[in-house]
Amino acid sequence: MTVLIDKAKCIGCGACTVECPVEALDLVDGLAVVDAKKCNDLGKCLTVCPTDALSLPNQPAKPKGKLDPEAGAKLNLKDPLPESVKDYATGNEKKTIRAQVAPVAGGDVWSGVWVIIEYTNGKIAPVSWELLGEGRKLADAIGCGLSGVITGHMVDSVIPEAFAYGAEKVYVIDHPVLKDYRTEPYAEAMVSLITKYQPEIILMGATSVGRDVFPAVATKMQTGLTADCTVLGIDPETKLLLQTRPAFGGNIMATIMCRTSRPQMSTVRPRVMEMPERVDGREGELIREEFNSNESDFHTKVLEFIISDAKNAFLDKAEVIVSVGLGLGAKRNLVLAEELAEVLGATLAGSRGAVEAGWLTHDQQVGQSGVTVRPKVYIAIGISGAIQHLVGMETSDFIIAINNDPEASILKVANYGIVGDLFQIVPALTAEFKKRLQHGVAN
Amino acid sequence: MHFVVCLKQVPDTSEVRIDPITNTLMREGVPSIINPYDAHALEEAMRLKEKVGGKVTIVSMGPPQAKEALKKAMSYGADRAILLSDRAFGGSDSLATAYILSSALKKIHETEPIDLVFAGKEAIDGDTAQTGPGIAQRLGFAQLTYVIKVKELTDKNVTVVRKTESGRQVVQAQLPALLTVEKELNDLRYATLPNMMKAAGYEPEMWNVKSLPFDLTQMGLKGSPTSVSRIFAPPGRDGGEIMDGTKDPTGTAASVVTKIFQQNILMVNPLAKGGNLQ
Repeated sequence: MTVLIDKAKCIGCGACTVECPVEALDLVDGLAVVDAKKCNDLGKCLTVCPTDALSLPNQPAKPKGKLDPEAGAKLNLKDPLPESVKDYATGNEKKTIRAQVAPVAGGDVWSGVWVIIEYTNGKIAPVSWELLGEGRKLADAIGCGLSGVITGHMVDSVIPEAFAYGAEKVYVIDHPVLKDYRTEPYAEAMVSLITKYQPEIILMGATSVGRDVFPAVATKMQTGLTADCTVLGIDPETKLLLQTRPAFGGNIMATIMCRTSRPQMSTVRPRVMEMPERVDGREGELIREEFNSNESDFHTKVLEFIISDAKNAFLDKAEVIVSVGLGLGAKRNLVLAEELAEVLGATLAGSRGAVEAGWLTHDQQVGQSGVTVRPKVYIAIGISGAIQHLVGMETSDFIIAINNDPEASILKVANYGIVGDLFQIVPALTAEFKKRLQHGVAN
Repeated sequence: MHFVVCLKQVPDTSEVRIDPITNTLMREGVPSIINPYDAHALEEAMRLKEKVGGKVTIVSMGPPQAKEALKKAMSYGADRAILLSDRAFGGSDSLATAYILSSALKKIHETEPIDLVFAGKEAIDGDTAQTGPGIAQRLGFAQLTYVIKVKELTDKNVTVVRKTESGRQVVQAQLPALLTVEKELNDLRYATLPNMMKAAGYEPEMWNVKSLPFDLTQMGLKGSPTSVSRIFAPPGRDGGEIMDGTKDPTGTAASVVTKIFQQNILMVNPLAKGGNLQ
């Protein structure tokens, strides 16, 4: 007997090859392959396969309903394994390899949830506060503390804010070499805090800073990092972090775990987690650390920072967005969307198609390869709604879509979908909004 | 100067779907392409080579089929291409992948010192943007991500413009450095006929786990701290009200606006000149 692999279902994630105690499974050309001589029908692989691609002929299929988020991610780390199994290739007894858990050296603790508070050019990235809100939930689920981390120069004004948004402790490194954001000094400052205080989880916004510094920190710590998470959770059994992110251009969601090293690190997309309540005057423990380094230690220098004047730079923070797609037909028709945006005080954006057509710039692109937005109102004009676009905007509070194709995917996510000619409907909307807003008449 | 481009062959992700009924990946007939950001990385390396002279080496990791991507890359005028391919590399996450690639770059660096490494800002299949920085850290090279312009290149320094949410950062770094690039960095060239002919007959060098003194515990599934525990289709958002705006566009628009204000989705602020929010 041997485990059966359904090649149509296998995604080549390799979970089974790690789980197999007798190393009977391997990945060949992206698919799981079983060595029938080694397989001894333990069935460990069945429990970890995310797509039910594996089965044993004499075992009933796994119960349905596995696709609920908790069940699918269960680790079974506590399942008893036999100490040794027979290796059918050699006939010898072979020690089983247990699922690896984080190596905790003597004296190491790895406890607590940390949120890195991004403070550059005198501005705090709001995602930092969203993550303190999310970090609170994770810390409560684990039963540990929640801390904020600030690295930079002249950061004192940020400290009370971090307490106000829920940090119990705040770690600070304030040093002149951290005045401008640069990878190396920021990564080293973070690593010095992490090595000393050993948090089990560290979160940061998936901003250009977070996505630059966290890979450097993870490499220095030799640990795992999951980028662009949109859902976080704690596995109730193992207390490990469940990190869910879009993959394959947003067509698939994948839940990632970091089982073998600490800390567990994630960057999280801005505006997908809820902003927590701000409580003025809340206090906590402040820990200031020295940072022993000099300017001469670093090989980069920031010559200049040119602040973008365009609203586009803040697309991810826009409250109202008017977004256009190829349905607009030509660049000259952009004026229709601009007029509507003007009346609403909205920010103009577009789909990848509109950007590639040269109507808009790359930083105005909404979607998987552009910006994720979560405005109060998102108005989609002539956008069909490819999955890559939808993942970048479907958490908007309210979506209005105008499209001449009643089958367009965008209409399936819209609160109000208007089927019709955008060249008639958009000017009519603009005129109607203008009338109401200018007269201050709501009804 | 010696420019190295890290390049990845990826599935054209706009065509990869998950079957909503069976919850499995539908990948039949999905074409493979050079990761679009990496194409811009190669373009910039070629431009700098043409400007200051030198050599462009392409390094990739992937299954043997990825040779095709390397041959294609050679048709743009690169000088050498190396494919790291071995079953032992399979299943590597970004930490392990950066280990493997940086090991190869170290070996190249010993005989032909590297001045600049280029990579795309991220691969479109994983979107992690972690492998480039991981390589820079392991090599001890300066790390410059989200590059939209190479302003200056001298024997000692490179000056680039980086894109961030709030503006543009102009940074100078000592060489050697690693740059990860955005698409707006440059416009891609077309392959020339002589280069296409040269590439057609070119066989990329194949390196495997025995080509270098690799540490086997740092690669593959077992050398990867992260693993996928589950995949699923993205949750859908419930649709709302669909209105027919073909017969009376003005009337439909008016009724939508009325509903929006009735539900306080947008609030009227009489003090504001134009539209404003609550």
